[in-house]
Amino acid sequence: MSVQDDRPLLVAEGLTKHYGPHLGCADVSLDIHEGEVVAVVGESGSGKSTLLGLLSTQLLPSAGSVRYRMRDGEERDLFALGEAERRFLLRTDWGFVHQDARLGLRMGVSAGGNVGERLMATGWRHYGRIRAEAEQWLERVEIARDRIDDRPDTFSGGMRQRLQIAKNMVTRPRLIFMDEPTGGLDVSVQARLLDLIRSFVGDYGLAAVIVTHDLAVARLLSHRIVVMRHGRVIETGLTDQVLDDPREPYTQLLVASILQA
Amino acid sequence: MSLDREMIRLDAVTKTFVMHLRGGARLPVVSNVAFAVRGGECVVLGGPSGTGKSSILKMIYGNYRADGGRIDINGPTGWVDIARAVPRAVLTLRQSTIGYVSQFLRVIPRIGALDIVASSAREIGLDEPAARAKAASLLERLNVPERLWHLPPATFSGGEQQRINIARGFAAERPILLLDEPTASLDGANRAAVVELIEARKRAGAALLGIFHDEDVRDRVADRVIDVTKFAPEASAR
Repeated sequence: MSVQDDRPLLVAEGLTKHYGPHLGCADVSLDIHEGEVVAVVGESGSGKSTLLGLLSTQLLPSAGSVRYRMRDGEERDLFALGEAERRFLLRTDWGFVHQDARLGLRMGVSAGGNVGERLMATGWRHYGRIRAEAEQWLERVEIARDRIDDRPDTFSGGMRQRLQIAKNMVTRPRLIFMDEPTGGLDVSVQARLLDLIRSFVGDYGLAAVIVTHDLAVARLLSHRIVVMRHGRVIETGLTDQVLDDPREPYTQLLVASILQA
Repeated sequence: MSLDREMIRLDAVTKTFVMHLRGGARLPVVSNVAFAVRGGECVVLGGPSGTGKSSILKMIYGNYRADGGRIDINGPTGWVDIARAVPRAVLTLRQSTIGYVSQFLRVIPRIGALDIVASSAREIGLDEPAARAKAASLLERLNVPERLWHLPPATFSGGEQQRINIARGFAAERPILLLDEPTASLDGANRAAVVELIEARKRAGAALLGIFHDEDVRDRVADRVIDVTKFAPEASAR
């Protein structure tokens, strides 16, 4: 883990979300530092996706705050940002990898167009340079250069996920949010994707929040783990510590339920 | 490094597992663990299986939590109590100061044996060519056939995986090295190679703490043996 600044990149405090009478998540506080990968684990309905939505400002909290240290070093309250500022942050300094690639990609636009779009949003104008940069990133995520003009709806599930990653990485984000990035993929396809994510996190000092129900994914990728149940964080700590020496009854049940291959 | 300087210091360390899936049964493992390890020595934890030797190593690495007591580690910026340190501080210490070798390799999909070992050498700042050279020399010393170096170890035999794990553990030279039965089930030649690696780390001033069931290896590497049965919970708690 490379640490450029000792202050956290993102600080969430008391995040709470109600959906009408239903609780999405309650009183979650969390720090994320540069280069740090945090896995949020729990079963369906545990509130982990709600938490991801709040941290990434896709959802508005019922209570609580998220502060973020911008590239200029200034810490800002994310829910007080103007819409233009927030969108700019999402398109440059942040990435988002969805389980459903259709949420993260424009399926009717070429692979190169999907990647180039993020560059254009940050002011790139020169067509040749945008195309060259997009080609490089496709190659880095192991998509053949000659697929650059093909649309993602002609891609396999694994390729779509890798294209999402290329699209996000092209602006060199500092923080990337991932919602079940390996969900629904074949095991061999998963391994390739996990390997890519692991190397990008290492090579670029990316911070990441990864929501997953797969504890093996959490073990492979994350430094820290947050275990959620019924909308609350019930246990948190170093990933190998929580998985090898789980303390809470529910965490012990989760760990004991893993199938050993 | 730090010849004769205390590097690890345990005081009143206690560990009890609470098994919630078995009705909250409490399983006391150790209590009142107290000892220190200095640079340049190899201390061996002795005693029968099930007396908590491995749990002690895991607590020092921050892999298991201690329920009480202090585990002070002499890190680059002074002493840190790993029993109370935040996750980031534990990771920083693992990066800078504490290495750990177990007999089991946790395989990473798609990464070849040489790369696994080299990436460990890179963690302490070796550049890519130096890290690969170091990895190759370790794999050679541990008799891992060269035709395996570029294959991911998932399909290797248990013994081959174990030797890759040992190579990985020794590739990053840190001031503290924890050894959890690294020589279990190795043949004579490979046991001897591990003994040599341990002796080299000792000469370099590293503090070594290990578990060795093999008496021959233990006699050759140990400067002291600590009898873990004296930390049995019933011996001190009642």
